[in-house]
Amino acid sequence: MPVNCVVCVKQVPDTSNISGQVMKPDGTVNRAKLPTVFNPDDLVALELALRVKDLYGGKVTVITMGPPPAAEVLRQALWMGADEVALISDRRFAGADTLATSYALAMAIKNKCNADIVFCGRQAIDGDTAQVGPQLAEKLDIPQVTYTEEIEWVGNGTMVARRKIDDGFERVRAKLPVLVTVYGDAATPRPFNAKLIMEKKRARSQFELERLSEDNPFYYYYNDVDALEKKGLLIKTWSIEDIAADEEKCGLKGSPTQVFKVENVVLTSPDRKRYEPTKGDIERLIGELIADHIFG
Amino acid sequence: MSNFFKDNHDLLFQFENLRIDDIVASRERNFEEAQEHPDAPINAEDAMDSYRRVLEVLGDIAGEFVAPRAPEVDKEGAHFENGRVRFAAGTAEALERLSQAGVMGMTLPREFGGLNFPVTIYAMGIEMISRGDASLMNIFGLQDIAETIHHFADIEIQRQYLPRFCSGEGTGAMALTEPDAGSDLQAVQTRAYQDANGQWRLSGVKRFITNGSGDVLLVLARSEEGTVDARGLSLFVCERDGVQVRRIENKLGLHGSPTCEIQFNDTPCQLVGERKRGLITYVMSLMNGARLAVSAQALGIAQAAYAEAFKYAHEREQFGKTIHRFPAVAEMLINMKVNIETSRSLLYATAKAVDTRDELERQLNRAKALGQPFKELNDRLKQATRVAAFLTPFCKYTTTELANQICYDAIQIHGGTGFMQEFNVERHYRDVRVTNIYEGTSQLQIVAAMGGAVSGVLDLILDQYEAETYRGELRPLHQKLIEIRNRCKECREYLLKKNDTAYQELRAHDLVELYGSVYLGCLVLNEAKISEKKLLVAKKYIGDSYAKSLMHVEQIVNGFDTMLVDMDKFVTAV
Repeated sequence: MPVNCVVCVKQVPDTSNISGQVMKPDGTVNRAKLPTVFNPDDLVALELALRVKDLYGGKVTVITMGPPPAAEVLRQALWMGADEVALISDRRFAGADTLATSYALAMAIKNKCNADIVFCGRQAIDGDTAQVGPQLAEKLDIPQVTYTEEIEWVGNGTMVARRKIDDGFERVRAKLPVLVTVYGDAATPRPFNAKLIMEKKRARSQFELERLSEDNPFYYYYNDVDALEKKGLLIKTWSIEDIAADEEKCGLKGSPTQVFKVENVVLTSPDRKRYEPTKGDIERLIGELIADHIFG
Repeated sequence: MSNFFKDNHDLLFQFENLRIDDIVASRERNFEEAQEHPDAPINAEDAMDSYRRVLEVLGDIAGEFVAPRAPEVDKEGAHFENGRVRFAAGTAEALERLSQAGVMGMTLPREFGGLNFPVTIYAMGIEMISRGDASLMNIFGLQDIAETIHHFADIEIQRQYLPRFCSGEGTGAMALTEPDAGSDLQAVQTRAYQDANGQWRLSGVKRFITNGSGDVLLVLARSEEGTVDARGLSLFVCERDGVQVRRIENKLGLHGSPTCEIQFNDTPCQLVGERKRGLITYVMSLMNGARLAVSAQALGIAQAAYAEAFKYAHEREQFGKTIHRFPAVAEMLINMKVNIETSRSLLYATAKAVDTRDELERQLNRAKALGQPFKELNDRLKQATRVAAFLTPFCKYTTTELANQICYDAIQIHGGTGFMQEFNVERHYRDVRVTNIYEGTSQLQIVAAMGGAVSGVLDLILDQYEAETYRGELRPLHQKLIEIRNRCKECREYLLKKNDTAYQELRAHDLVELYGSVYLGCLVLNEAKISEKKLLVAKKYIGDSYAKSLMHVEQIVNGFDTMLVDMDKFVTAV
C-alpha cells in the first residue's frame, strides 16, 4: 500500500558553529551572521519518511515555513530523495510562535497535502520547544506518536511505530492519518545522492527567480517558472491565501507568546587549578573534593 | 566535523586548477548528453559545479562516516565463515552509504546508471575514501572492473552487469594472480574451455584476490590449449555462484578488505571481448586503471598519516617546547608535506593524461563510425597513449614509495607512542605497505616506465616548459630543471652507448627518477606561478631533485658497474 508522507522541516541557525560576532550586545542572535542548516532532528524525520517510501512506495512531500532562503533546505530534501517540496512563505507569517506556526502548517497540510503520516523532528535546535509537532497533531485532530525511533509497519489504515522511553522502547499502533515526532538519534540520515544533486541543484523557488530579475532588468523570471515547473524543478511557494489560512491567526498577530526579557548570562568559571599526577597532588585533590562535599 | 574535500586546501587547489574543459566536453559529447539525462551538465562550468558538489558529499562521507569507523574495521577485519566472506560491520555500513550516495559507478555511462565522471574526478574520490579507510578503497576503488567490462565486453554483457555495479548491489573482483603467476601473469594456468553446448567454463585456483568473494569476477584464464604464454590467455566474466572461496589471508594491513583464495569448479562464464587478447590488451588496460587507483590510495593514506603526525608534533612537549620546533622533526614534517603535495600534482596530472587518452580514443571511434577522416586524431591518440603509459607507472612508483616514507616518518614523529596500537599511525603504516607491491611492484613500474624515459616520451611537453620564461624566484628554479634535464640526457646517452642490458635494468630507477623529476618539477613550477605557497613547495622539491640528480648521474656514469657480476662473491646467505 503506497503511503503518503509529509515531512515538516525547518531551516535553523547552526548553533553548533557559533562564533563571537553572532551575539548582539543585547544578547539576541544576529541571524544574518549565522550560517544556517537543516534542523538535525528534521533530517532524521525525513530519513524515516524515505524509508517508509522505500518499503511501501508512495510519495514524500517536504514542507517548511520560513523566509525565502529556507528554499535551501527544500533543495537538500530533494537531493535526499523527496518527491515534492513546498515553501510556506509570506511576510504575514513573520514573527510566528509555535502556536501560529503549527496553525499555518496545519492549514497547509489540510488544504494542500493528502497525508497518511506527518513527520516532524522532535525539536529544533534554535527554539528547542518541541511544541510544534504535538500542536500540529492537535490542530489536525489526528493521533500523535512522540519520540518515534522507527516506523515498523504500515497497512490496513494503521501504523506500528517504536517510540523511545526511558530504559527501552514502546511499540504502539495508531490509526492513519497520524503524526510522529522523530527522535534525533533514531537513524542516520542518508547522504545526498549524486544524481539527485546534479538533477535538482537547479531547483528554484519563485522568490529566488524574482530575486534574479531584480538584479537583472533584462531577465523575465516568469518564463523560467514554466520551464522549471515542466522539469519538476520549481519549488512551490504557498502564501496565506494558498493555504486558506486566517490572517489573524498567523505570524505575530496570531502569536500569544511575548518575549519579556532576554538576558545575557555569562558563565564565569572559577580559576583553573592544575594538579600534577604525583602522589602529593592527588592527595591534595582528594582532600579538596571531600572539603567541597563532592566526595562523601 | 570533517569533510575530506573541503578541509584539504591542496586537493581544492588541484580541483580549482584542473582545466579539464576539453575532457569534459568530449565525455559529454559536447553536452548533448544533457538533452537525454536531467543530471548531465549543460556546459563545462556546470560540470565542474556538479563534480564539486559530489566530491563534497564524498568528502563528508569519508570524513564523518568512514574515518571514525576505520580503527574498528581494522580490528574486526573481514571474516571467513561457513564458506562465505563477511565484511566488518563498518565496511558494510560504509558501502551501504556510498551506494545511497550513488557513487559506485562514477565513470560509467549514464545509460547504465553511472555518473559519467572523468577518471580524474574519480581519483579524487579514491584519495578521500582512502584517507578515511584504506581498506574500503579496495572495494570502492574496484570500479575499474566495471570500466573494463564497459570498454571491452559485448553490449549484452554490459547490460547484464553494469547496472548492478552502479547501484552498489554488486561488487567486483579481478582474478588474475595464481600461486605460480604473480608478477609474471603470462604463466596463468586457470583453464577456460567450452563444454559440449559451447558454454565457456573455468577451472583452476586463483590466489590473493582482493574481494574475491565479490558478486562479479573478471578472470584471466588460458583459453588456448597447449599454449604457455600471454597469447593463450583470454578474459572472462562470471557470477559469484559457482566460485568457491577456500580461505582468506591474514594480512599485515588492509584488514577490512578480504583477500581470497578462490577455486573455479567448471564455473560457467562469458568471454570478454576477443580470445587471446586477455592479458595483452584487456588486463594491461585494467591494471593501468588500477595503478592509478592505488596511487590515489597511497596518497590518501599518506595524507591521513601526515595529519596525525602534524597534530602530535604540535601537541607533544619535550624539553619545554612542542617537538615540531626541533629542526630534525620539522624537517620530517616539511618533507612529508612537500611529498604529499608533489604526489598530488603528479597524480592528477597523470589522471588527466589518462582521461585525455580515453577521450581521444572515444573521438577516434566516433570519427571512424561517422566515416570522418581520423589520421590526425590517430596520431594524437598514439602520442597520448605513450604519455599515459609512462606517467601511470611513474606515478605509481613515486606516490607509493613516498607514501611509505611518509607513514614511516609519521611513526617516527610519534616516537614510542607511534609503535602502540592505540594510535592511528600504526594502522596507516601497515596499510600503506602493500601499495608499492600490488598492481605491480615498484620494480615492475620502473620496467614499465623505462622505455618512455629512454625514448623521451615527454620531450615535447618538456620542450614547451623549457622555452617558457619565468621571472623572479622562479627563474633560478627553472634553470635548475634545465640542468637536471641535461644531466638526464647525458645519462641516457651513456646507458645507450654502454649497451649492457643488465646494467640498464639495474640503473633504470635512476634514469626514470631523473626524467620524471624534470616533469614533476615543471608541474610544480607552474603551480608556483599562481600560488605563493606552491613557490615554497617548488623551492624544496626542485632543490632536492637537483641534489638527487647529482647522485643519479654519479650512480649511472661512475657507478660500481661490475656489481652484478661480483654479487655472488659478497652477497651470501649469512
